[in-house]
Amino acid sequence: MQVVEDIKPSYPLFRDDQYKGMLANKQQQFEGRIDEGKLAETFQWTTTLEYQELNFKREALTINPAKACQPLGAVLCALGFEKTLPYVHGSQGCVAYFRTYFNRHFKEPIACVSDSMTEDAAVFGGQKNMYDGLENALALYKPDMIAVSTTCMAEVIGDDLNAFIGNTKKEGHIAQDFPVPYAHTPSFVGSHVTGWDNMFEGIARYFTLNTMADKKVGSNGKINIVPGFETYLGNFRVIHRMLDEMGVAHTLLSDPAEVLDTPADGEFRMYAGGTSMAEVKDAPNAITTFLLQPMQLEKTRKLVETTWTQEVPKANIPMGLEWTDEWLMKVSEVTGKPIPASLAKERGRLVDMMTDSHTWLHGKKFALYGDPDFVMGLAKFLMELGAEPIHVLCHNGSKKWNKAMQKVLADSPYGAGCKAYAGSDLWHMRSLCFTEKPDFLIGNSYGKFIQRDTLQKGKEFEVPLIRLGFPIFDRHHLHRMTTLGYEGAMYMLTTLVNAVLERLDEETRGMGTTDYNYDLVR
Amino acid sequence: MALRQCAIYGKGGIGKSTTTQNLVAGLAELGKKVMIVGCDPKADSTRLILHAKAQNSIMEMAANAGSVEDLELEDVMKVGYRDIKCVESGGPEPGVGCAGRGVITAINFLEEEGAYEEDLDFVFYDVLGDVVCGGFAMPIRENKAQEIYIVCSGEMMAMYAANNIAKGIVKYANSGSVRLAGLICNSRNTAREDELIMELARQLGTTMIHFVPRDNVVQRAEIRRMTVIEYEPTAKQAQEYRDLANKIIHNKNFVIPTPITMDELEDLLMGFGIMEAEDESIVGKTAAEEQMAVAA
Repeated sequence: MQVVEDIKPSYPLFRDDQYKGMLANKQQQFEGRIDEGKLAETFQWTTTLEYQELNFKREALTINPAKACQPLGAVLCALGFEKTLPYVHGSQGCVAYFRTYFNRHFKEPIACVSDSMTEDAAVFGGQKNMYDGLENALALYKPDMIAVSTTCMAEVIGDDLNAFIGNTKKEGHIAQDFPVPYAHTPSFVGSHVTGWDNMFEGIARYFTLNTMADKKVGSNGKINIVPGFETYLGNFRVIHRMLDEMGVAHTLLSDPAEVLDTPADGEFRMYAGGTSMAEVKDAPNAITTFLLQPMQLEKTRKLVETTWTQEVPKANIPMGLEWTDEWLMKVSEVTGKPIPASLAKERGRLVDMMTDSHTWLHGKKFALYGDPDFVMGLAKFLMELGAEPIHVLCHNGSKKWNKAMQKVLADSPYGAGCKAYAGSDLWHMRSLCFTEKPDFLIGNSYGKFIQRDTLQKGKEFEVPLIRLGFPIFDRHHLHRMTTLGYEGAMYMLTTLVNAVLERLDEETRGMGTTDYNYDLVR
Repeated sequence: MALRQCAIYGKGGIGKSTTTQNLVAGLAELGKKVMIVGCDPKADSTRLILHAKAQNSIMEMAANAGSVEDLELEDVMKVGYRDIKCVESGGPEPGVGCAGRGVITAINFLEEEGAYEEDLDFVFYDVLGDVVCGGFAMPIRENKAQEIYIVCSGEMMAMYAANNIAKGIVKYANSGSVRLAGLICNSRNTAREDELIMELARQLGTTMIHFVPRDNVVQRAEIRRMTVIEYEPTAKQAQEYRDLANKIIHNKNFVIPTPITMDELEDLLMGFGIMEAEDESIVGKTAAEEQMAVAA
């Protein structure tokens, strides 16, 4: 029983005998619980190769997706622009989901509105919602820009954003020149990374398409950086820092690092930082545009190449040692600025760290999942460390991703035993973790259920989760870390090697059994 | 020449698909490069060009392949008479799913796969009879079809539908660059049909771009899954479609339509003797009541 002086949360409260009895009684009397033996037998069957084969034959069902929907990405993209309110044309519940998803990951309030389409809007179309929504959002939250994306509902009934926004202005609900870029983001197509790409293309198109006449590639002497769906705030900061150290003038197109990391100093900031409209308008004048996550920025690439007529440098995500080297050299090549001693030193430190830790990581087997460019960069870095990725899974990966991933794996002896899975979900990953056990699983918070399930089979089958990715709901402040550049590689290396050592300690703590290896120095 | 995109609308069964294909054959004969995009779940917008029963549609193939992303452009685009490119959006069986979304998905797919970037002079969208939802308005969204042709005849319901379509166009025309480009009269041999449609066109603020007379050769060609222009190039009807094609090439009369009210439409029909004036005194009276009134 709870006592006021000592309120306990569900754990350990439910371990009290009183609650144990109550829960057992409930199971027995009301839950129609099947026989323990049958339950255990079925569980064991789900861990077999036979089950895995059936599992991979699944066609019409996704279990535990490792991706989210388009408008989620569109909202993140919009948050990266100065005084910009993300606005989702569609149902309210979807937007509550986007807000809570980001709340839980960033531990920050997320400003995002919907125009609350209900049943009548589904019948008559959402134009009236757009009239009221834009007018109210502008009056209440006073943004300088409203970036509109859509939910499934508006997409199924075929609402035309261009016409609706045009009519809203024509009817005088908002001023003709108020910027309202938009993107159609049907949730049933692609994933959150597609939505980011679409929204960015929409914003870039809005501010540049009709004003290209006086633009000249290279005239502002800067480079543009487009991050794609990126949630590690340190990554925005490290890109700025590296380019500043190189003396390369640049614009980070969509930079939410401020608004997603506001201080608790008594002042609420609905908007903070972000890329300004002037910077977007000026973007076509840059020397070129770097796409940090090229696998997920197809539409953006098209716009940069055709409308801005810039040549997009071929570069992988700047993750790990070699791909950061390549990226920096590419930047140096197009800008003519040499790589400064400070970055060379930073690189040296990373190499030093890698050699310090490689004995612990060499030959360790990893399963990993996440967004297309992220998993590719991570797999590449693991192989640089002498670790062996064995399952690389990307739910929102395309055939093209699969091909590129295979090639990356084929280029290193450490990738020989690895298979890439595009379009597979976490239930597939669960099977893989049972049938070909990795030492660790790397991914977002959802991987913890795979760790629980593998532990259920027995301690020797447990696959511990290392949290790298999005979303991370169950650990704090990891979103502030960095995964790109040498700095990002240092963080990932630290995380990986310490997970290995933590696990080793756990296994060697047995007093008088395994503690001969419970060493003070590792 | 810049790409011109045209959408053909009109009441169901009026002959949109037949007219479109014959007209497109005429354009192709004049050396124009044309693509037809069928936007109707029935998928019968390209059979006369391809000599096929029904082309495999984008949605059908996407359903088989798992998703649209698994398709390639060459899977869905067929080339027929005089290199006319043909695509059918397709859609669900009657009574299930959402055909409108099918149209949106199909057109997005074509855009992403670069179907419009090829060397083309014209794209024609052959759209399901009624613009019942936002999906069927997809072809007239910004940067898609900017010219709309309405196929109609001198029958009351066809004109009623034409006026309704004009109302729909106004909504899109006000916020964008889509315009009504003319009425195509596909004759049903009703009395003074040409004058009637010209008058309707005048009231809608447009013109009757061509009067296509009724001719059985169209049906004879259709049985052979051919356009008249291909089946019997010397037929008088073939020349009619050539004339229509030529008029469309030179058409510059693009307007925001001025749809008329129901009363105005009825007045027009009564003026041409297609509709009797309504006798308000008999509304709601049963036969028995009328007899009693006569007897009294």
